[in-house]
Amino acid sequence: MINLNVNHKVYQVDADPNMPLLWVIRDLIGLTGTKYGCGVAQCGACVVHLNGEAVRSCVTKVSRAEGQQVTTIEGLSAQNNHPLQVAWNEENVPQCGYCHSGQIMSAAVLLREKADPTDQDIDDAMAGNLCRCGTYLRIRKAIHLAAELQKKEGGSV
Amino acid sequence: MKSFVVMGIILCMIGLMAFAMHREQRSAAGLTTPIVVKKDSIASVKAFTAVYKVLMSPRCMNCHPSGDIPLQGDDSHLHTMFPKRGKDGKGILAMKCANCHQPENSPGLHTPPGNPNWHLPPADMKMVFEGKTPRQLAKQLIDPEQNGHKDLKKLIAHADDGLVLAGWNMGEGRTLPPVSHAAFKKAWITWLTTGAYAPKK
Repeated sequence: MINLNVNHKVYQVDADPNMPLLWVIRDLIGLTGTKYGCGVAQCGACVVHLNGEAVRSCVTKVSRAEGQQVTTIEGLSAQNNHPLQVAWNEENVPQCGYCHSGQIMSAAVLLREKADPTDQDIDDAMAGNLCRCGTYLRIRKAIHLAAELQKKEGGSV
Repeated sequence: MKSFVVMGIILCMIGLMAFAMHREQRSAAGLTTPIVVKKDSIASVKAFTAVYKVLMSPRCMNCHPSGDIPLQGDDSHLHTMFPKRGKDGKGILAMKCANCHQPENSPGLHTPPGNPNWHLPPADMKMVFEGKTPRQLAKQLIDPEQNGHKDLKKLIAHADDGLVLAGWNMGEGRTLPPVSHAAFKKAWITWLTTGAYAPKK
């Protein structure tokens, strides 16, 4: 059995240590907000936070996450009211929506490290998250809005 | 009698100095045998030719780019997604190297190679290989201001650094450096211990 802390809740999962974290999160724990895209760390659909970093869960073995803090899109905020989630809604960012939990999880790391990001910061931080609907301009706009909301809330994420 | 005493003291001092110097050399080497530098410019330059071929191979050069974006593939193209070096060489923001590069190689073709310490050289010591001539690279490698203040002992030890060794274990489908790690290490040590001469060009 492997002990995992996902969204501040402890889970004991019966998984091979080599099983990708993505499948443990989705199939064994049942949190399906995190998506499978490419399986080779090329698209960013599967991004979750591992100790606060935007890891690709499709290539991260569950053994790497044992005893660490994992946060998925479901755990990003208590009421789906993280500034990024509010901004995403406000700007109607998603089209098909498939990549957006990964997009938001990457953007959350960006806003934590750069509270007032420039377009270049956004491009640098989000270059590993692909969107085949091409919503990049709305993503950029929403991240700027989330930065403003975060500032108004008076703190970093 | 007095001159014998003086002579004796001088001989003792010389003996002590020789002993101390020998110990220092052994200590600096950190090896069971002391590092002996025997200058030989021809052997040194010849050894560096082999070293250069390895360092300029994609498995080494791809993480020693001239810019701040690593390279990828046998054609050394810019890394897809354009991850950036960052201050510590470990990436920036949501694009840290270890977000994709695991402690070990990921299985399968076209998956990220891995290492527990995956990174580029840091921003204050870029150690660029890309575009360097043999002469430029040789001089850079032994310049303490550019090599992270590595002395001879540390330069020799660097041949067995985890990331250097990783060049010979980069996962499925990636071409290996042109010679084995053992042959590279031999050439590297030969180059350094024959005077670390830089080729003319």
